[in-house]
Amino acid sequence: MTVAAPLRTMTEGTSISFRGVSKVWPQAGGAEVVALRGVTLDVPARSITGIIGRSGAGKSTLLRMANGLERPSSGQVLVGADDVGAARGAELRQIRRSVGMIFQHFNLLANRTVRANIGLPLEIAGVPRAEIARRTAELMELVGLAPLADRYPAELSGGQKQRVGIARALATTPCVLLSDEATSALDPETTRSVLALLSDINRELGLTILLITHEMAVVRQICSHVAVIEAGEIVEAGDTYEVFARPRHPVTRSFLTGITTVALPQFIADRLRPERPAGPSQAVVQVTFVGDHATDPMLARLTRDLGVEVNVLAGAIEEIGARPFGNLLVGLEADREDDSRAYLERHGLMTRGLGYVAATG
Amino acid sequence: MSPQLVELLVTATLQTIYMVAASSILGTLIGLPLGVFLATSRRGELLSAAAANRVLGLVVNATRSVPFIILVVAIIPFTRMLVGTSIGTTAAIVPLTIAAAPFIARLVETSIREIDSGLIEAARAMGATPAQIIRKVLLPEALPGIALGLTLAVVSLIGYSAMVGAVGGEGLGDLGIRYGYQRFMPSVMLAVVIVLIVMVQLVQSVGERIAARYDKRAPKDRGR
Repeated sequence: MTVAAPLRTMTEGTSISFRGVSKVWPQAGGAEVVALRGVTLDVPARSITGIIGRSGAGKSTLLRMANGLERPSSGQVLVGADDVGAARGAELRQIRRSVGMIFQHFNLLANRTVRANIGLPLEIAGVPRAEIARRTAELMELVGLAPLADRYPAELSGGQKQRVGIARALATTPCVLLSDEATSALDPETTRSVLALLSDINRELGLTILLITHEMAVVRQICSHVAVIEAGEIVEAGDTYEVFARPRHPVTRSFLTGITTVALPQFIADRLRPERPAGPSQAVVQVTFVGDHATDPMLARLTRDLGVEVNVLAGAIEEIGARPFGNLLVGLEADREDDSRAYLERHGLMTRGLGYVAATG
Repeated sequence: MSPQLVELLVTATLQTIYMVAASSILGTLIGLPLGVFLATSRRGELLSAAAANRVLGLVVNATRSVPFIILVVAIIPFTRMLVGTSIGTTAAIVPLTIAAAPFIARLVETSIREIDSGLIEAARAMGATPAQIIRKVLLPEALPGIALGLTLAVVSLIGYSAMVGAVGGEGLGDLGIRYGYQRFMPSVMLAVVIVLIVMVQLVQSVGERIAARYDKRAPKDRGR
């Protein structure tokens, strides 16, 4: 989908950076709950950066610091040149007008029409009425809601409500958009279309988008960068493709299960052992094809060059950030595992031994 | 009924309407801001004035726990100071207002507390001031609930207004007691009761209509 009525480019790009941010909530009896411990994270300008974590990992607290809904106990939160963590009162309200936010449960006013909901941030900013009318019309066009202008939220579907939320968040031409689990209450198809809209907005308006989610599929569809948060700490961060291709932390791997890993057929999984058994056996190896090599016929070459027979057990090739990404689970003669893996890695593939399966009589 | 009695009935009805209308308006003028303050001033809330919240909460509770007939008598000196007399229709407005204001305040507070805190958060994220959040988010969203609450308050005031007849207030209650009961005229009593029923019905249906008109929530989300 293309953005129907492009707005003027809002910004040259605004980055967000968290520097050593901690958040501690004192509890009764002198105990304290630590939500974030010294988080340092740079969100590049014009990127779509996803923060992924389990519930209670601290991702929501971190996101809400970017517009001062939460204040850091220590550390700095910078949006562009503004120190959000230190801003107070009128200064903070001014910053918030340049940071849009969308929510899991939309948070639309039930007694305002679509048009009036989108106009609310402009009313708050004291924009003249005629200008509000012009701007809301433009925004409704942008998110494809023009025919629903005079409806109330109760008459809309979840996806339409989130589009209203997005239009409202863009009303004051912000340079940053924060998304708090914006698609978690939507069905998969609606999720895809809302994410596609966010992606268009990012591209056409040059908006920096910081989102939190607990679904790797969301990150895969739109995020250029990703950070994994666990127990209040960023355990892994970087370019989405790199993180997907070479996940280092166990939490990252567990989020990627079913996204970039393919499942072994059950009858093989049942017989898989971590140690190589005595007697003839097959090594089960995960081969990851990334970047330029993703489409090379490497397994055929392995057979040709080393004479190793390869059993394909499961596999998939998909796209992440418009780059091909392949994953195969293969069985190799256990004796040839080491030189086969060395061969594949020499040619730019990644391999990981999963275990061994005794050859059946 | 004789024409004189009919005239008495009409006069008493107008007196009741005057007392109820005046005390409803004055009670709302005091109760609405008080209710908004009570709903938004606990620790960590929009206006965050926990001490003032507690004190006002105590005052509201104290006023509401005094039986109305006692309140009327207890504040006679205050009424006399304000109106110059403690007898008559205008004097009755003072205790009626004092009874109505804390009641309305609690009803308004409840309606506002029912609003999803996510809306307040969204408004804060837009850079709204507390005053803007109250004016543009809380009051409009709570309007249907407030309309129903005021309906309830007005209906209660119609009942209370009959009681002030006992201490020299006038109106329908006074007429019912003096003619219907003390002079043993059942037809007057019946007429008074019918007029009161009609008044309550009218207030109730107008109130409900206003509430429904401003309520755009999905039917399943109403009356939480």
